[in-house]
Amino acid sequence: MLGYLIRRVVYAAFAVWAVSIISFFIINLPPGDYVTSYIAQLAIQGNIIGAEEAESLREYYGLDQPIYVQYLKWMNQIRQGNLGFSFEFGLPVNDVIGERLILTMILAAATIVFIWIVAIPIGILSAVRQYSIWDHTFTFFGFVGLAVPDFMLALVMMYFSFVLFDFSVGGLFSPEYVSASWSLGRGIDLAQHMIIPIIILGTAGTASLIRITRANLLDELRKPYVATARAKGLSEWRLILKYPVRMALNPAISLTAYILPFLVSGSIVVSVVLGLPTVGPILLKALVAQDMFLAGGIILLIGWMTVVGTFLSDLLLVWADPRVKFEGR
Amino acid sequence: MESNPVEHELALEMEDTVEERISVASQRQLIWWRFRKHRVAVVATAIIVIFYTMVIFADFLATNVPADSEAFRGLMPPQPVHIFDGWKPSPHVCAVSGARNPITFQKDYVTDCTEKIQVRLFARGYEYKLLGVIPTDRHLLGMSDDTLRPEDHIYLLGTDKQGRDMYSRLLFGTRISLTIGLFGVVLSLVLGIVLGAISGFYGGLIDNLIQRLVEITRSIPSIPLYMGIAAAFPHDWSILKIYFAITIIISLFAWTDLARVVRGRFLTMRDEDFVTAAMLSGANQRRIIFRHMLPSFYSHIIAAATLALPLMIIAETTLSFLGLGLRPPAISWGTLLQDAQNVQTIALTPWLMIPALPVILVILALNFMGDGLRDAADPYSN
Repeated sequence: MLGYLIRRVVYAAFAVWAVSIISFFIINLPPGDYVTSYIAQLAIQGNIIGAEEAESLREYYGLDQPIYVQYLKWMNQIRQGNLGFSFEFGLPVNDVIGERLILTMILAAATIVFIWIVAIPIGILSAVRQYSIWDHTFTFFGFVGLAVPDFMLALVMMYFSFVLFDFSVGGLFSPEYVSASWSLGRGIDLAQHMIIPIIILGTAGTASLIRITRANLLDELRKPYVATARAKGLSEWRLILKYPVRMALNPAISLTAYILPFLVSGSIVVSVVLGLPTVGPILLKALVAQDMFLAGGIILLIGWMTVVGTFLSDLLLVWADPRVKFEGR
Repeated sequence: MESNPVEHELALEMEDTVEERISVASQRQLIWWRFRKHRVAVVATAIIVIFYTMVIFADFLATNVPADSEAFRGLMPPQPVHIFDGWKPSPHVCAVSGARNPITFQKDYVTDCTEKIQVRLFARGYEYKLLGVIPTDRHLLGMSDDTLRPEDHIYLLGTDKQGRDMYSRLLFGTRISLTIGLFGVVLSLVLGIVLGAISGFYGGLIDNLIQRLVEITRSIPSIPLYMGIAAAFPHDWSILKIYFAITIIISLFAWTDLARVVRGRFLTMRDEDFVTAAMLSGANQRRIIFRHMLPSFYSHIIAAATLALPLMIIAETTLSFLGLGLRPPAISWGTLLQDAQNVQTIALTPWLMIPALPVILVILALNFMGDGLRDAADPYSN
């Protein structure tokens, strides 16, 4: 148990480090350094900076030093909770991202809950009533759900909700709640607006979870202990829910860790299409404007979020499936 | 069983020949027989073949030069082909004419079916080189020369905002999107096979390191990452340069899957007798890997590659859709769908959404084909 935990912590730490290296690499990709863009930005606003001042700025950010020193300086800033300054918004990166990051997390978490609630009962039904009309219907929808890219699903949903219901999907809040502080009303409003994005984001994950639950449960149902329990006269549904379903759920838990990165990726694209106030549209805007501290900060934070989420679902798996503890992986 | 002894004999004999047929069939034949049973996969394969044929003959199938723009005919509705005129077969499209509405300043188009534009097969159109070598001006479909008036035009799927023919653009977009995926798969295969083979063949520390690399790559959200890299391409790069840069990026999307498949195969095969035999007869490692082990699971690799192809197509389409992949004037499914990004365009000009259909169709077909191939790849099971 302890060995498994330590190994997981080490992997997570390594992944956190890898994400920071990648984010720093992306920040440094565009030609020219931070100060050059900063000066150009100030010049547009009419502030001309002298060569001397530019030099001192470069020194402050460590731009005259080797790349690893720059990296360490950047990481040190982040340790103090400072992600740098965004030109595009004229605000510190922290202020730009703030609530949007929380909304991104809420969206991802809610989608996972949705996937679980929808996929597991359907998976069980498909396995218990194998080759029934329900099974075929869900298998077909599962294939389509896996095949259609998120952004296209968003476009299609937008089209149909406009044509059929004359309702335009977009945003996560009604106008009166956009800049209000958190309250119960705002929470309810958010929940109502999240339904369609959650369905769009969750479709692919739901499809794969249905397939996996179905396949695992079918394997379990063929095992002798099921026949034994049935012979002893246990009622059918109680039998299925009590033993084989419990076994079949473990792979479903480990799938959660696997789909989390896809969900976060998908939420970026879907948010751009539907105009959701998550980090997605900001990331796109920052990248197009080459506002690299903002872009790098967003990539860093959602990367870390994903690593932590994966780590948590690994812990969940240990709790749900005691065999993992003894596995000598 | 009350059966005629002669018939019984015949049935037995037939069973024998079937079994004999199976036992002498080559692996390739067995895979084909098994694949053929998977009806959906066969249909899917036919669809993919049709699409790649369209890729090769995009020029021949097109009706207009895809880059030809004319502001006055922007956002024109589609002109479907009518095969019959009343009861008489006479293929034509209806003329569409438009004028600017003086109040809304929008172009209003009127489809006038009393005015017919005759169409025919193998009509003359713009000049191009068939397969890049044969100069010609024949196209599969076009307006008949003899009844042609100068103001006539044919836009089977309407036009976009700049008045460019959606149908021809869709064909050329298909060409780019499907080839970029193919090149991406090849790159990804090389990366996946090399790393997977090293990992599975040597095992131990190297295997451990590569597996951790795969795990970490999988745990990082890919879209934001590749968005970051793609955004850094200089704006003055040529279409060709961007095309190859994007190919490299999208090949990074799927190598982990391929590496895992290859590694798993190598691990199970390392202890097989024929590998030991090759080792004992003094074959070097490279020969064992590439001559003995790899060919024995080509079919698995092909199946995995087929399943990776849709991932690449989605990746390219998504990046281009966001404006970070291929950029206009390059045409791909993603750049075409960029025009359909907001509700107004979708509601007023739904034909701009048409490029979504081939994307969904191709991705579905590739998934079914890959599934069929994966099931058929191991013909000796069962």
